[in-house]
Amino acid sequence: MTQTIDTKTVKHVAFLVRLGISEEEAQTFSGQFSSIIDYFNMLNEVDTENVPPASDIANAENVLREDVVKPSMSREEFLKNAPNSERGYVKVPTVLGDE
Amino acid sequence: MKYEPVIGLEIHGELLTNSKMFCSCSADYGSAPEPNSNICPVCTGLPGAMPVVNKKATELAALVGLALNCSINKHNTFARKNYYYPDLPKGYQISQYELPIAEKGFLEVNDGSENQLNVRVRRVHIEEDTAKLAHEKNYALVDFNRAGVPLLEIVSEPDIRTVEAALDYATKVRAILRYLGVNSGDMEKGVLRFEANISVRPVGSDEFRTRTEIKNLNSFRALVRASQYEIERQIKIYEEGGTVVQETLGWDDAREVTTSQRSKEEAHDYRYFPEPDLPPLQLSDAWIESIRSQLPELPEAKTARFISDFGLTPSEARFLTSERTLADYFENVVAKSKSPAKTIHSWIAGEFMRYLNDSGLSIDDVTLAPETLAKLIDMVTDKTIGASAGKTVLTELFKNGGDPAQIVKEKNLLQMTDVNAIQEIVTKILNDNPKEVDEYNAGKETLFQWFMGQVARTTKGKADPNVAKELMVKGLEERKK
Repeated sequence: MTQTIDTKTVKHVAFLVRLGISEEEAQTFSGQFSSIIDYFNMLNEVDTENVPPASDIANAENVLREDVVKPSMSREEFLKNAPNSERGYVKVPTVLGDE
Repeated sequence: MKYEPVIGLEIHGELLTNSKMFCSCSADYGSAPEPNSNICPVCTGLPGAMPVVNKKATELAALVGLALNCSINKHNTFARKNYYYPDLPKGYQISQYELPIAEKGFLEVNDGSENQLNVRVRRVHIEEDTAKLAHEKNYALVDFNRAGVPLLEIVSEPDIRTVEAALDYATKVRAILRYLGVNSGDMEKGVLRFEANISVRPVGSDEFRTRTEIKNLNSFRALVRASQYEIERQIKIYEEGGTVVQETLGWDDAREVTTSQRSKEEAHDYRYFPEPDLPPLQLSDAWIESIRSQLPELPEAKTARFISDFGLTPSEARFLTSERTLADYFENVVAKSKSPAKTIHSWIAGEFMRYLNDSGLSIDDVTLAPETLAKLIDMVTDKTIGASAGKTVLTELFKNGGDPAQIVKEKNLLQMTDVNAIQEIVTKILNDNPKEVDEYNAGKETLFQWFMGQVARTTKGKADPNVAKELMVKGLEERKK
């Protein structure tokens, strides 16, 4: 059967989130993605002609805060969660696709 | 074939709030003492952290939208723009996509030949700035102090047809942001950045050809040079029978060339979707009107008023209104002075600005009170002192402050207006220099300036130049043989 999501699309999505996947995994995910998409496609059968698009589900609006500065978290605490740091900066590898 | 450029501009400007867009960390990353000192779970993208919208930032964004003649969307929403880069801790930037806070505005600009045109503003939307990356040789260092600072993106329609108009549009947007007090306009600090979308087409055609996007334009000079370079590059491609490739370009300031950033092309798939962590903004008419009532007089309106109220020329008025503080200063001097507004403009545009430029100061640094400058200008207008003495006093006021009348007294600068005294000096000069008098009367008219120079030297520039000139003409005439 033809897949809604082909392996090319799977590989593109994997690239966008910087995940390396094998050809075999691409095949597997192609099938899994397709069944998820097909399942959600059932929603297309509902008539939404006069229904405005929803952008949130909590029915809240205008949740705002005043422009007041509050103390930040300590850098030491923050850097504990970083895999690597140097002189107070987070140290990261040179980015894929960078010059 | 003759080509014309089709240019659209995107302007990114940070908003001058105290705290960040979605958390309460300080937005003043410029004065942060150390990297990663203004950070919290929200702006560093820690799991479970929830953003909350900064009320002030929405007000400032709406203010900008209204100043750019946009309509405000009463219902506007936030969206996630997904891309992977270490300056973006969450893996997405919170932005606005389908329903930005403001859209469909316009700005009147000048195209470089005194023609006015309307550049339409497509949209103004709120987003968050990214972290700062410092590239080392084999790795990069990330400072999140800037991450989450409120950022406004102002997108024009591709209505611009000359580089001069692009420059004028950018200049005017910057002036408006400064007038509104929402952005310092300090490009060296990166609080305002430009991107240009450029294509070219044969003159007379209305097609839109493939465009390129130039990023990283961090000065007006870069905007102008990069646009000129890119327009010429594309024309050359068409003239040689080639095709322009749609791509993102960088601008190399040092080499003055645009460079391809092809490697990032595939990543330009942002997969926007509504931000589930932020409910929509629902703005009432009353709220919008209360923001509108905060709009100050903007540069265009001020320019028109300066022309009609003060009899200034358009270029004189535009100069004075280029900065709100300069326009205010001028008006304060006018209010305190008995001299014509034209004269006050001449002083401010002339000696006053010359001193500031020479000293590397801006109008915001000026401590000289407008009433003091008014006093000085009035002393020149009513001939208490001469123009050159006025310049001396102005320099003294800038350097050491004080009272103009006192400085005139101390430096003995009072203008000599006594006709008899000036006559005496003129007569002596003419009697002492018979050779020059004869040469002048034989037709060497350029010597007149030399005679006036002698008067200036003898009186240290204090003689009323009009009186001295009249007496000198008369004296020379009398000595004609």
